[in-house]
Amino acid sequence: MSTIERKYVVPGDTIVEGDYKPLINVIKRNNRIISTRIGMAEIIKKDVRVIPLNGTYYPRLDDTVIGIVVDSNAFAWEVDINSVFFGVLQASAVLGRTFSASRKSLSSHFKTGDCLITKIASFDRTRDPLLSIYGPGLGKVNNGEICKISMAQIPRLIGKKGSMIKLIEENTKCKLNVGQNGVILINGTKESVVKIKKAINIIEKQAYIPDLNDIVNNLLK
Amino acid sequence: MSKNNNTRLSGRAADELRKISIEVGIIKNADGSAIIEFGKNKIIAAVFGPKEVHPKHMMRNDQAIIKCRYHMMPFSTDTRKNPSLSRREIEISKVIREAIQPAIIMEDYPRTAIEVYVEILQSDGGSRCAAINAASVALADAGINMRDLITACAAGKADGKIILDIDDVEDKTGEADMPIAILPNLDTITLFQLDGCLSEEELKQALDMATNGCKKLYEIQRNALMNKYFNDNKNKEV
Repeated sequence: MSTIERKYVVPGDTIVEGDYKPLINVIKRNNRIISTRIGMAEIIKKDVRVIPLNGTYYPRLDDTVIGIVVDSNAFAWEVDINSVFFGVLQASAVLGRTFSASRKSLSSHFKTGDCLITKIASFDRTRDPLLSIYGPGLGKVNNGEICKISMAQIPRLIGKKGSMIKLIEENTKCKLNVGQNGVILINGTKESVVKIKKAINIIEKQAYIPDLNDIVNNLLK
Repeated sequence: MSKNNNTRLSGRAADELRKISIEVGIIKNADGSAIIEFGKNKIIAAVFGPKEVHPKHMMRNDQAIIKCRYHMMPFSTDTRKNPSLSRREIEISKVIREAIQPAIIMEDYPRTAIEVYVEILQSDGGSRCAAINAASVALADAGINMRDLITACAAGKADGKIILDIDDVEDKTGEADMPIAILPNLDTITLFQLDGCLSEEELKQALDMATNGCKKLYEIQRNALMNKYFNDNKNKEV
């Protein structure tokens, strides 16, 4: 079994020196692995990465994201995915190749303000991310409450093998959809939604505490 | 300038910094923010971004751009300051932007802008250095990829002596003012200005003194970030 070394770091901190491989949020300079973000550094065998504690969402291929339609033109919808860039959902990706802009207006399908669960289908840094709604669980959302969390805390919200999200869902009898862009869709009663929002707030502020599951469990009970 | 041979008007030793404290995350609407009290200087820095670039023609396809605004409040000086941007403020905005740029990994954010706003609430000499320190912490708080924190500190010459962290009186009556900014872990200088005259020997001495000052400041910056993110209360104020 491999051992994992962890420590808290800020930008510029040397995590480790020697023959190590930089993975995410680290750079290598003069045989030193240096953190580029505030977060928790992890050394797993010879791999070093930093799990950040803050930051905005940067799209990645195949990420599931929850967004709001903000605009549409003749060929595509513009979706706010809580990121630097707006997502683009092309009409042909929803209505098929036979779609004709002259025959059908896009606003008759998705209107401004509609909430969509989508997937990043393509993103190469030179263009805005292309979205897709083909796949299980993807598409338009008709009810629920939206809540935002720093995208860096998403792994903490989900927990080890989904432990935290299971804990919240079991205690409140609600359904949570967590987008990797930091947007959470909550389906449940008003009282449960308020409780869950409180729990999410605690998770966001105290993400580094080891016994967070117990704290959230007590709150929800 | 000096009361006696060893101390300055402010009572500090030649290589002593003013009292400094930094608090992180004070502006909820900004992505990252910090307030620094650097002696009598009080400065707020706020960072937005990475975000869409406006106007679009400023966008760069291979990297981010940095926009920086250094602004002094009308009540920041002893006489009212005109709130519009002066020539000096525009120049210092550029100086701060160029000092922080080498620390940011610009290639990680193509087609975006990072906006840094610095507001001087109260000024007492050395405000550009204090502003760089606050901006650096605010950038880290905004979660922007950085090679290192940027620390800045000035050294200068007054009464024929090299002194660290000169204040307003020493700046006006002294012989030289030399603000520098460094990336302490990478041993890189990102800002070097010199207003006045120094001999080669004095320059070396001032540079060493300012570098040591920057290293002390780095610890304060680091503690401020640790305090916010990991609840580490030690060394909050130095």
